[in-house]
Amino acid sequence: MSGNWIEVCAVEDIDEEDVMRFDHQGRTFAVYRSPDDQFFATDGLCTHEQVHLADGLVMDEIIECPKHNGRFNYKTGQAKGAPVCVNLNTYPVKVEGGAVFISI
Amino acid sequence: MTHFVIIGAGECGARTAFALREKGFDGEITLIGNETLAPYERPPLSKTAEDGTGPKFIAEPQRYAAGGVSLMTGVTVQGVDPATKAVTLSDGRTIAYDKLLFATGARARAFPGIAEDSQHIRLLRTHADAVALRKAMVPGKHIVIVGGGFIGLELAATARVLGTDVTVLEGLERVLKRGVPEEVAGVICERHSLEGVDIRCGVAITAIAEDDERAIIQLADGSTVSADLVLVGIGATPNAELAARAGLQIDNGIAVDECLRTSAPDIYAAGDCCSFPLAIYGGRRVRLESWRNAQEQGALAAANMMGLGETVSAVPWFWSDQYDVTLQIAGLAEGAVQHLRRDLGEGAFILFHLDQAGRLLAASGIGRGNAVARDIRLAEKLIAARAHPDPAALVASSVKLKSLLAA
Repeated sequence: MSGNWIEVCAVEDIDEEDVMRFDHQGRTFAVYRSPDDQFFATDGLCTHEQVHLADGLVMDEIIECPKHNGRFNYKTGQAKGAPVCVNLNTYPVKVEGGAVFISI
Repeated sequence: MTHFVIIGAGECGARTAFALREKGFDGEITLIGNETLAPYERPPLSKTAEDGTGPKFIAEPQRYAAGGVSLMTGVTVQGVDPATKAVTLSDGRTIAYDKLLFATGARARAFPGIAEDSQHIRLLRTHADAVALRKAMVPGKHIVIVGGGFIGLELAATARVLGTDVTVLEGLERVLKRGVPEEVAGVICERHSLEGVDIRCGVAITAIAEDDERAIIQLADGSTVSADLVLVGIGATPNAELAARAGLQIDNGIAVDECLRTSAPDIYAAGDCCSFPLAIYGGRRVRLESWRNAQEQGALAAANMMGLGETVSAVPWFWSDQYDVTLQIAGLAEGAVQHLRRDLGEGAFILFHLDQAGRLLAASGIGRGNAVARDIRLAEKLIAARAHPDPAALVASSVKLKSLLAA
C-alpha cells in the first residue's frame, strides 16, 4: 500500500448508492458510497473513452459510464462487458471522524 | 465441430463473436467482413476532429485469434444457400455453417445519379470515407452537407472545429425531424448558428453536378450553391440483398422475430440490417440504426444461436455529440401526447414523453458534456418497467429520478 491517505470529503457529501468525482494533483478519481453504506474508490475515467465516471449512474455495486454505458463493479474495478474490456484500478478507502480518505 | 458463421464484421458481428465465447460456446466461429480493417467503432467517424490516422478498434486485432475467432477481412459473401447450409465467398471458397448470422449492417443512402467514385460528392460509412472527408476539412474550404440528420450535423460540427465553412441543406422544415423533438433540435440548431454553420431548411435540391474543382448544387428555386465538397447524409439502407437472394423474408430489412430468427432455419439477423418486434411498444416492428442496438443484439444473437431462447427487451437508446453538447434519447416517442420538461441547470434539460394513460414512452435530453446522462439512463429503466411516473416528480429536478424506480 502506498500509504498516503488523502482526505476526500465528509461522509454526508456522498449519498448512498452514489458517486463523487475527486481530483488530486492532476489525477482524477471516483469515490462511491454503496447501498450498504461502505465507501470505495476507483480511477475517475472510463477505460473506453476517458469519460468521467462520476457523471454516471450507480446501481447497487455497478457504476455505468455516462457516455456509452460501459459498466464496472466499483468494489473490484472489474469491467462488466462491452464496450469496456479494461478494468479500473481501485484504491483503499477509510472513514475516520466523519471524513472519507483514500490511499493513492 | 459446430461452426457458427457471422456475415458482417462491424459492431454487431464482432460483439456476437466475443459474446459467443463469453457465454461458453466452444465450437468454431468465422467472422467475415468486406472491409480490409479489423472491426472498428463507427461512431467516431463523424464525431472526432482527429486526422483519421487510425480507427478505434472494437478489440485489438490479435484478440480474434486469441479468442478462437477466424476473422476474414476483405472478403465478400456472394451467396447463402439455406438448403445446404453453406455460404460462398468472393474468393471462390464455400463454407458450411451450422448456424448463420446476418450482421450486414446498413449503407449510406446515395443521392440519385451520383457516381460511386465521385471525388467531390461523398458519403460516410467507413473509416476510408472518414479519412477522405477529413482531407477536405481545412480552413478556407467550403463543405455543403445534404441532410440535417445526425451524420450531417455531427460532420458539420467536426468541420467547423477544423475551421471549414459549412452549409447544411435540409429538405424538411427543420433538422432532426426524425426522432428528435423540436425543442431539442432547436438547441442544436442554435448552437450551429453560433458556430457559423449556415443551416437552410425546406430546401429542395434538383441536381448535383461536379467538375474537376468542385460540386455545384442546383436548388428548386433556381439558385445554385458551390462547394469544394458535398457530403450526402440522407439516411441509410439496410444491407438485405444477400438475404433476399437467399429467400429470407424482408420487411424494412431482414425480418426477424423477437429471438432474432429469420424466416429460414438456423439463420439469424441482428443490428442495423434487421427489423424486429419490440415488445415494450406492443410488438411494433422497428429497425434501429444505433451503436448500442448493434451491441445488444449481437449479444442476444449469440445467446440464441446457442439455444438460450432470449427475447429482445432493450429500450432503444442513442446519442449524438456536437461541439461540447451531447444529446441522448431513450425510447421511442411515437404516440406520446404529453411532453414534460425537467431542467437540470446550465441549460441542460430532459423532455419526458408520455402517452394518454401517463405511461413514459421516451425521454430526450440535451446539455453540455454528460449533464443529462444519469437521468436519461434512469428514464430508460422507467421505460423498460412500463412505468407511469408522477408528472410532478418528473418535472421537479429536486426529486431524484432514482426514487421513482422503486415506486
